[in-house]
This record gives sequence, C-alpha cells and structure tokens, in this order.
Amino acid sequence: MTLDPLVLSRLQFAWVVAWHILLPALTVGLASYIALLEGIWFFTGKEIWFRISGFWTRIFAVAFGMGVVSGVVMPFQFGTNWSRFSDATANIISPMLAYEGLTAFTLEAGFLGVMLFGRHLVPRWAHFASAALVATGTLFSTFWILVTNSWMQTPGGYRIVNGIFYPTSWSEIVFSASFPYRFMHTVAGFYVTTGFVVLGVSAALLWKGKSREEARLMLSMTLWLLTALVPLQIFLGDLQGLNTLHHQPAKLAAIEAHWDRESRAPLTLFAIPDQQAETNRNAIEVPLLGSLILTHDINGVVPGLKDFPRGDRAPVIIPFFAFRIMVGIGLLMLALVVVGLGLRLRRKLYNTNWFLRALMWATPLGFIGVVAGWTTTETGRQPWTVYGVMRTAQSVTPSLTGFDVLLSLAGYIAVYCIMFPTGLWFVLRIVRAGVSAEEATPIEAGRPSAPVKPVPAP
Amino acid sequence: MIIFDFVPMWTLLLGLAVFFYVLLDGFDLGVGILYNFVGTTADRNLLMNSIAPIWDGNETWLVLGGLGLLAAFPLAFAIILPAVYFPILVMLLALIFRGVAFEFRFRDVEHRTFWDHAFGYGSAIATFAQGIVLGAFIQGFQVDGRHFSGSSFDCFTPFSLFTGIALLFGYSLLGSGWLILKTEGALQEGARRRARFCFLGTLAAVGIVSLWTPLVDHDIAQRWFSWPNIAFLSPVPVLTALFGILEWRAIRNAKAEFTPFVYAMLLFSLSYLGIAISLFPMIVPHHYSLWQAASSPDTQIFLGVGTLFLLPVILVYTGWSYWVFRGKVRADTGYH
Repeated sequence: MTLDPLVLSRLQFAWVVAWHILLPALTVGLASYIALLEGIWFFTGKEIWFRISGFWTRIFAVAFGMGVVSGVVMPFQFGTNWSRFSDATANIISPMLAYEGLTAFTLEAGFLGVMLFGRHLVPRWAHFASAALVATGTLFSTFWILVTNSWMQTPGGYRIVNGIFYPTSWSEIVFSASFPYRFMHTVAGFYVTTGFVVLGVSAALLWKGKSREEARLMLSMTLWLLTALVPLQIFLGDLQGLNTLHHQPAKLAAIEAHWDRESRAPLTLFAIPDQQAETNRNAIEVPLLGSLILTHDINGVVPGLKDFPRGDRAPVIIPFFAFRIMVGIGLLMLALVVVGLGLRLRRKLYNTNWFLRALMWATPLGFIGVVAGWTTTETGRQPWTVYGVMRTAQSVTPSLTGFDVLLSLAGYIAVYCIMFPTGLWFVLRIVRAGVSAEEATPIEAGRPSAPVKPVPAP
Repeated sequence: MIIFDFVPMWTLLLGLAVFFYVLLDGFDLGVGILYNFVGTTADRNLLMNSIAPIWDGNETWLVLGGLGLLAAFPLAFAIILPAVYFPILVMLLALIFRGVAFEFRFRDVEHRTFWDHAFGYGSAIATFAQGIVLGAFIQGFQVDGRHFSGSSFDCFTPFSLFTGIALLFGYSLLGSGWLILKTEGALQEGARRRARFCFLGTLAAVGIVSLWTPLVDHDIAQRWFSWPNIAFLSPVPVLTALFGILEWRAIRNAKAEFTPFVYAMLLFSLSYLGIAISLFPMIVPHHYSLWQAASSPDTQIFLGVGTLFLLPVILVYTGWSYWVFRGKVRADTGYH
C-alpha cells in the first residue's frame, strides 16, 4: 500500500477533531448546567446548589483548558493539510472561524477568570452573571463553528470566479439550509452528553456512599432535564434527517445504504453494504418503514445511490454504521430515562443498584453518540468538502507526501495518547474526592485565585 | 465594487496581532526556556507562577494571528503553512505539552519531573520551531501558481536553523527581563546573570542575521543599500545600537528592575520593524504582495466590523489583567 497524503490527511483531521469535539461536548453542556445551578443558588440562596456548581466548575476547568490547547491545533490544520480548500473558500469561511476565535478570546478574557477563581471574591449576582455569560460564550463558539460546517454541507450565498468562492449574501452563508437544524441537534446532543455524565457521576457517588445529599439532587434534577431533552433530541434528529433528504440526497442514501430510488422503501436495520456490487449483504429490513421514517409518508420516495455517479458517492459503510451507532445510543438513552422515570414513581430511584450501575456504564454514551453523529455527517458529505461543489481530493495541500503526513499523524497520536488519558485521570480524581472537597493537595504553582484578587505591589 | 481599500487596515491589524504574540508569548516562552536552568522546585514554582495568570491570554494571539492571516490574506496562508509544515507541527505539539504542564505539574506530583521537562523543553522547542518559521519566511518559498511547490523539508536550511537559535536567545532575553521585573533576591540576581548572556547572544544573532539576510536575498540587499533608502533606513540600526547599549547598562544596574524588560521589548520591536521594512509589500516573499493575496473586500468588511468592536475589549482586558497581577511574584501570595 502506498502512502496517500489525502487519506492520511483525512485521518489526521478526523483524529484531531474527534478528540477535540469531546471537550466542547462536555464544556458547552457544563457551562449551561453550571449557569443553571448558579441561577437556582442565586434565587433560592440554598448553599447545596453552590457546592454542586463548585464541583462541576472544577471539572469544567480541566475540560476547558484541554479544549483550548486541542482547539489551537484546528485552524492550523486548514493551512498545513487543506491549503487548496483554504485558498478557495477563505473569503467565505474565514470570518466565521475568526469570529469564533474572537468570541472565545473575549469570553475567556472577560468572565472565565471570575467564574473559575472568583467564587468567594465577588458578589453572588456577579458570579451568576459570569457563569451565564460563559455559557452564552460557549454557545456563540458552537454557533460559528456550525455555521462553517453547515455552509460546507449546504453551501449558499456565494459565486465562484476562477475557482475561488466569493460571498454574495452573508445571511445566506450564515443561515445556510442545514444550519438551524444542525445547530439545534448538536447543542441538544451536547446537553444530553453532559446530562449522562452528571447522571453517571451522581450514580457513582451514591454507589460509593459519598456526598449523598448532593448526588441525589443532581440525579433527580438531571433525570428530569433528560426526560425532556432526550425525546427532544430524537425529534430534532428527525428534523435534521428530513433536511438532509431535501438538501443532500446522496448523503441520505449513503447513510441508509439505499441503492435504488423507490417509494414504499424498507428500513435497513443491519447490512454489510458492498460499494463495488452496489448492494447490501446480510440485510435485515423492515418493509415500508424507510419511507415512513425518512419522508413521513408510507408512499414517500427515498433517493438511491444509483441516482448518483459512482465518483459522487460517499464510502457507504462508514456513515451507514456511524448513523446506526448514534441512533442506537439515542434509543438506549431513551430507555434509561424511561426506566429512571418508572423507578422514580416507585420511589426506588436512589437505591436500585443495577440502575445506578447502568448509569455509571452509560457515562460515556453521549460522547460516543457525538463522535458517531459527527462521523455520519462528515463522511456522508464525501467526496466533497463543499457539498456538490468542491471535492476533498481537490482540497488537500498539493506539496505534501504521504510520508510527511504519516509523521505528523504519528506525532498527534502520540501526544494525544498522553494528554487525554492524563486529563481524564484528573477528572476522575476530582470526582473521587466528592462534591464538597476543596482541592485535595496544596497547590504550589499553577493558576492563582485572582484575577479578582489583586496582588498588592510592595 | 471596491469603494475603499481595506488592505492597509488589515495589514496593520495582522501586523499588530503577530507583534503582540511575539512580544507576549515571547517573554513567557522565554521564562519557560530559563526554567530549564533553574534548579530548585521553589524557584521553578515562582517562575511558573510569574506567568501562570497571563500565558494563555498571550497564546491566544497565536490563534488570532493565524486566523487573521487566513481571513485577510488567504493566499499567503495557503502557501506559507504547507511550506513550514513540520515547524508548525512541532510548535503545536510543544505548545500542547507546555500548556497542559501548567495544570498537570502541580496536580500530578508523582510525575512532576516529566511535566517539568514538558514545560521547559516544550517552551524551548516551540521557540526554536517559531524561529525556523521566521527564517524560512524571510528566505521565501518555492511557489507554483497559487500553491507551495517545494518539499516539506525545504524550510530546514542553515539560515532558518540559525534564526531558530537566534529566537531562543531573543525570547530568553525577554524572559529574563520579565523575571528581573517580577522576582527579587537571588532569583533576580540569577535572572540578571542570564540576561547578560542572552543579551550578548541576541546581539550576536541579530548582527549575524542582518549580515546574512542580504547575502541570501538579493532583493533585500538592493532595498537596504541603495540610495536614498540607506539614509531612510539608517535609523533602524542606529536605534538598535542605542537600545542595545541602554539594555546592557540596565541589566548591569542592580537598581533597574523595569528597564531591562522595556529595552528588550524595544529591541524586539526594532527587529520586527526591520523585517517588515525589508519585505513590504510582499506577504509571500518574491511572489505575492499583500494586495494580491488579500481576501475579497466583502470578507474584509464583514470581519472588520466585529474585529474593530471586539479588539478594544480584548486589549483593555489584557491590560487590566497585567495590572491586576502587577508587582513581585511571591511564593505565599494568593496561590492555593
């Protein structure tokens, strides 16, 4: 096998973005959760809410720091490995990415310090306001990144002159056809992911008999939130599916491994798609359900991959399975929430050991779901970087050799394999210390407690 | 379509972003380099504490600089980044290690030596990589149409390796200036000693690069030494010599705590200005000017509006956070 710089560059991008996305998946959700906790604390004055928000703020700090360092890598990928894409699309996407950077900077500069270090130093309202603004800031960052991604999926508001994209309408660029659905589906996904982390941690604390009061409160509250959020997320996912059917039919056909255009289409639950033979092997199908789910009409027409030239089809097997993992996780989450609701009605929520155990195992579900969803949407877009307009093969940096990218990929793999487990280990240690624990060991260096506590000049 | 030329504004904005990055992350990377030469854990804690509150703000200018280049001069971004593929990679990996070391070093006491090295070597390697980027940039790249057409290893030349070493001295000089300002007693003494060494190294490096550059680049030689340019440009070396003398005296004057840092920054500013003068108006040396590489005016306006609104906020906050953390860093104040 020869080393292909295109394939390796895609692997490298997948590697750095898959690890990076885990952190916003947690920090976006946690920021809103912390703001909610601080809000309840502000309005009720009960200290338990403040203790809980302090606990999650400690975890948030670790995740946010790792999100920043792994995020710094991302914009440089566009230049080093995707230079032709950058050259062609910069007029459109660069302001979005730059606005994300500026937003993150302003947010970090302005309010994160107060939120992380000012817990006992500023008035209550100021701390609540900081938490709310940090949450808003993380949503703004998500907004701009998804604006960029959605434009690549469903481009609009541009014209092309000599191979370079030029903006014609910023509103069509920012609010491209798939953006509203992608934004809602992603943010809800981040919230659900965080929710299951909170459930898992609460269950672990109850299991160990630590911080019982706080753990019960977190478990109860978050389960209520998820009772609303998980069904909402499934609904939003359905909306995004309809949007994909409408605007990216080739992608939808790939996700469903659907080869022939037909009405009254079956739903393929499982299959081994064969890209060469244009068929599915070992397929398990449910008649009519495909049309019903995808088009909301039993006679609806579902596009097939054969509608599109072979060169314009995604590598079916990846989006097909990634999508099924995502949906499977969604259904599993729904089941857990329903079971939780039933146990609550029978007042056995906090002492049903097998359920606590299940919640602990469910902690990483959201992350897997987010990565699976991201994989679905990104590989489903192939072979395009800008759907239907610019090919991935034409986007890669022409000067790179396979060896170059192999070296850099090895570097990223090595460093991330040290950094991410270490970060996870710290988070686990914070969890083990319990909700009320302050930092276990005295800190000799690192972040000081200011910026709100000036060090007097001698 | 074009009603107003936004390229000068964006040149200035990008120039400022890169300049802020070089000065600000320059001194905290410099502190990281000097960290390798400080023996005791207590002193190392102090060194780290002196930059802990502000280093991540400093590093954000790197992202803003990179995104600013993509937004304002995308053609340059698309040519330069592939040309310096490996230095950028090494820099990013080193910065990751160095960045997490701030948090991990004190939380992970069992592996403190590992994180000490991650911080010290990470800072030095990131600096060296940035110096290679600088040297490769001054030398220029092999370009075919709209892309870089050389090899990813072209950027490693004797000249760029030398600018890498030069930047190690330069950042260490900034770092020791910062430490003279932020520390006292024996640690400050040590910083002064190292500042002397780094200053001589920086001076020698700037001198050699200044001689070497016109030798490797005919256009720059032409620009420097032709009349009347030589008269207009002469203030740069003259001022450099002047600030060099002042810096040397400030380092040796035991009462001067602030001026070693200030003069070091001024020396950096002059070197930066010198490079800008030598290359202007080219953003991809020998191939594309700022105007040829610029993004569309619509893009520059759309981003310019928000930038002009957000940038002052960022600058005010940056200034404020430096003000909050003014004064000497001590082991016992506010760090818990």
